[in-house]
Amino acid sequence: MSADPEIVVIGAGPAGVGAALAAADTGARTLIVDEAPTSGGQVYRTMPVEFRLKPNASPGPDYAIGEAQRKRLLASPVQTAFGRRIWNVSSDFRIDAIGPAGLESWRSQALVVAAGATEKVVPFPGWTLPGVIGLAAATILLKSQQMLPGERTVVAGCGPLLAAVAVAIIKGGGKVAAIIDLSGPLDWLTVLPRMTSRPDLLGRGLGWLQTIRRAGVPILFRHMVKEVRQSNGFLEVEAWPVDRDRRPHAGGRGLVGRGHARQGSNFRADCVTVGHGLVPATEVTRLLRADHEFRAEAGGWIAVRDADFRSSRERVYVAGDGAGISGAAAAFLQGRIAGLTAALDLGKLDRAAHARATALIRRRALKAERFGRAMAGIMTLRPGQLAAMTPDTVVCRCEDVTRGEIDAAIANGAREVNQLKAWTRCGMGPCQGRVCGEVAATLVASRVGGREAAGIWTARAPLRPLSLATMTGDYEYRDIPIPTAAPL
Amino acid sequence: MTIRIEHGIERPAAVTITVDGRMVSAVPGESVAAALFAAGRRMLRTSTRADQPRGMFCMMGVCQECAILIDGRKSPACQEPVRAGMTVTLGTAS
Repeated sequence: MSADPEIVVIGAGPAGVGAALAAADTGARTLIVDEAPTSGGQVYRTMPVEFRLKPNASPGPDYAIGEAQRKRLLASPVQTAFGRRIWNVSSDFRIDAIGPAGLESWRSQALVVAAGATEKVVPFPGWTLPGVIGLAAATILLKSQQMLPGERTVVAGCGPLLAAVAVAIIKGGGKVAAIIDLSGPLDWLTVLPRMTSRPDLLGRGLGWLQTIRRAGVPILFRHMVKEVRQSNGFLEVEAWPVDRDRRPHAGGRGLVGRGHARQGSNFRADCVTVGHGLVPATEVTRLLRADHEFRAEAGGWIAVRDADFRSSRERVYVAGDGAGISGAAAAFLQGRIAGLTAALDLGKLDRAAHARATALIRRRALKAERFGRAMAGIMTLRPGQLAAMTPDTVVCRCEDVTRGEIDAAIANGAREVNQLKAWTRCGMGPCQGRVCGEVAATLVASRVGGREAAGIWTARAPLRPLSLATMTGDYEYRDIPIPTAAPL
Repeated sequence: MTIRIEHGIERPAAVTITVDGRMVSAVPGESVAAALFAAGRRMLRTSTRADQPRGMFCMMGVCQECAILIDGRKSPACQEPVRAGMTVTLGTAS
């Protein structure tokens, strides 16, 4: 790029693509940066470029939307920097990234943060065993890598990804040993039409349910994974019924299949994929010390924003799941508004043009958001979900911190998550608390009276692990310039 | 049975990568984490403190459970595409 960009968009999922296209349309020099080799984010993630679709392939509507967005981006004046991991964003809008060519940085006048979401997994004994993976991980394997998560997979947790993953496994020729769902059949019926990025496609959701039924997959409603054990090279999965509050039943009265009450059930598998919903990725806005608020229905802590998607920091905008879980359809529309607002604030279009351009998008975005939010509601972490987590269950995978150690720290007076981190190292490892954060905060919150009081991890650079070797590049000790000593 | 989905997908010819000194077949373009998973190498490292077996977990470069030495540099294996002749070293804690 000849000149520095005027607007940098962080993240090339639907929100980021929407923002970049809208901003570039106004004539603003726009750069979009993402870790992946191309745009799409998680929902529209595509296959490696080396793979080809055969004529008999039926890649589905998400693939088509992703391809359309990639084409539009390619045809637009938006500059792209893919394969770049952002590790710092400074308060003067310098963006530092690491890419194939080493370190890179850009300066910008405005930032649109469209960082998406990470997955929340509520720990259980055995969740750290190799072969137990996230539900989002399974979708990436299936969608992008065109790989089954296993020969026999248990699909567990809650939310729309359960059915999506199970169906993709069946269609890919794999076996689903069981679906273990925290929600009940009624929750499913409400959420089915909302499972797709096009909420109007009710038929798609119903078709999924039919595929699952036809494959004879047992669906355990209102059940949790109580434990996963390794035995003879397999994973032994123990499912256990839960009540409305998702607390494990003592007597076992959950619904199995067509409605028989039972005790725990065991399944043998070579892969367990489990996920309990999405958490907005807010590290960039936290790093910039923007104001944040806790909104359970939006998936957790999010940046405070106005109706035009401005954060509390001047010229920093947020959109998509990272600004509150609302789904892919809403994300693209929110992104468009955020991009237009950034352009407005840079003087690229006037107030009237902004109002005209956003009015229609806004109505569609609100509608899409309602669906997304209902979906997020199903995945809200309920206190009962933590009841089955034994004291020796690892919560922080990076530092092997157990629930017992966290509980002890809280009992000893840790009132806030950063205090907990300092005392136990929970959240101090290379994932920087992205995996354990929700659960650790919920444990603290149960003692201090709420998530607001329990606080949120302080974000610090580097946002992603970065080795000193990467930072120094090919620089050697002998490259250090040593001035010649002055003559005596 | 292979866990690679055959229906509708055409992959480039498999190449060989070296994993802890052994030859493992992998497909160019797929992530190192996925290639190892397909090859049945599910344990990638042991955890720092309790020395427990760990494998890939999030597949999106967040959890760092699959951070192993790839061509001598520690990287999340889920973010590194397979290239012929790659050298992978498992089992590195911390």
